[in-house]
Amino acid sequence: MIASRTAPGPGAVRRPACAPAGADVVIGTVTTRERSAVHARIDAVWRLESARIIAGLARMMNDVGVAEELAQDALVAALEQWPESGVPDNPGAWLMAVGKRRAIDRIRRRERFEHRLAELGHGLDTETPGIEPPDDEHIEDDVLRLVFTACHPVLPTPARIALTLRMLGGLTTVEIARAFLVPEATVAQRIVRAKRTLAEAKVPFEVPEGPDRAARLSSVLEVLYLIFNEGYAATAGDDWVRTDLCLEALRLGRILAELAPGEAEVHGLVALMEIQASRTRARTGPSGEPVPIAEQDRGRWDRLLIHRGFAALLRAGEIGGPPGPYVLQGTIAACHARARTAEETDWHRIAELYGVLARVAPSPVVDLNRAVAVGMAEGPERGLALADALTSEPSLRGYHLLPGVRADLLARLGRRDEARAEFERAAALTDNAPQRRALLARAAALNP
Amino acid sequence: MRFMMMTKDTTGDSAATPPDEAMMAEMGRFIEETSKSGVLLATGGLDPRAITITSSGGKITVTDGPYTEAKEAVVGFALVEVRSKEEAIELSRRFWSIVGDGEGVIQQVFGPGDDAHGQ
Repeated sequence: MIASRTAPGPGAVRRPACAPAGADVVIGTVTTRERSAVHARIDAVWRLESARIIAGLARMMNDVGVAEELAQDALVAALEQWPESGVPDNPGAWLMAVGKRRAIDRIRRRERFEHRLAELGHGLDTETPGIEPPDDEHIEDDVLRLVFTACHPVLPTPARIALTLRMLGGLTTVEIARAFLVPEATVAQRIVRAKRTLAEAKVPFEVPEGPDRAARLSSVLEVLYLIFNEGYAATAGDDWVRTDLCLEALRLGRILAELAPGEAEVHGLVALMEIQASRTRARTGPSGEPVPIAEQDRGRWDRLLIHRGFAALLRAGEIGGPPGPYVLQGTIAACHARARTAEETDWHRIAELYGVLARVAPSPVVDLNRAVAVGMAEGPERGLALADALTSEPSLRGYHLLPGVRADLLARLGRRDEARAEFERAAALTDNAPQRRALLARAAALNP
Repeated sequence: MRFMMMTKDTTGDSAATPPDEAMMAEMGRFIEETSKSGVLLATGGLDPRAITITSSGGKITVTDGPYTEAKEAVVGFALVEVRSKEEAIELSRRFWSIVGDGEGVIQQVFGPGDDAHGQ
């Protein structure tokens, strides 16, 4: 009865493949149409509830891997029973109750086994931790514990991402694989290994406190921002934007902001994501090509998300303290959002913020962005000088934005041949098809 | 995906059945939970006394009302951001399980990304 480790989520099992569209085949007392409607509901319930269920069970079992298996068992039970019995009034509570029951069964089995071992003289530490059934009051703390555990530094980054989407986002292995353009087996492997690693390393199911907390929190924020960026600027493939991933990261960020309201950087990240997401509709042209921010139709920016971003920045500001990297990046994004036209952009302020960011979180990519801002604030020559200083930077080798930025600055300086060569170089370095076409178009426009 | 959920006053007289305290408390928790999870973007109640504005052949007419079809008047709304239509329906089910009898309408609001996918 125990679902396998790689048990598919509801998405993988929801539609009977044999039923022709619109057919009303009766199986038992339930038609296939009714059945698939129930499966669609189960799918939605699972996505809304699974994080809380897994988190509650993880506190009981002190093991997120086992908790996820138990939650999957509850899901399987729902898929078996609900089409016949109907969806219960409070489906989340039903799933949690079944999960709890399975958890208690498992703990009892383990106790009996250990008891038998003790009787055989293999006495060992038979002490079982007291069972703490999840309750509504603590469930939010449990979800926060789950966030920190899924993003634990003991796991490699791709595993943290997969585990976060799976356990907190309620995504299936298939959906994660599709989003990251990797084979399903790869994602399944990552998740299995991640759960094993967490168990072997005896990672406690807790919210870290003390000196560890800042580093652990930045690991969480990094995972969310990586998910967001994978959606925002897909590193490969034909879609420039994979909106679902962006919205998922944003959703998780908003949840985290309420679970850890005292962390300015969480609000900073949420602000950054809200404001970047606000440009989604404007940043792709009719044939999927990227539209640079200066050329975007700002009327298509989503005001609601911009306001949410501003509100998040205000919350970060109220907490105080020196701004961290996400608050700074959120503030930069807000500078763009505030400008009603590209010409109104306060590039001096943006250049200054990038200067602060370069001190707080030094990185060649930040330096490159600063070069762009300085190029706008003080002229292309100054910008180019900063960008040129980065050409020997090993970590930027193979990064299409460096030649892209240089090309733009060179073009503005009227150095057309050099600019064209740099655009072509940038195009050769990107794996993203629409972006490559856009860069090649700019190169072609510089032909004599 | 964004959805606008609208509730109608099917009794035609909202003052007749003042909501009880327990229901209000439960609704408060529901609103808090959905705001915290980033699902609920905006919500509010609407004054059923509407103003109608009509534009026809360059002429704009403003009239008070309608009051006649009070049962059709939208009295509350919630703008939610979810991942699927089914999630929106699920949230609406919870809303109605708290509120009791009534009628609502759910419509998708085109938001970020919808145009990008040509929807």
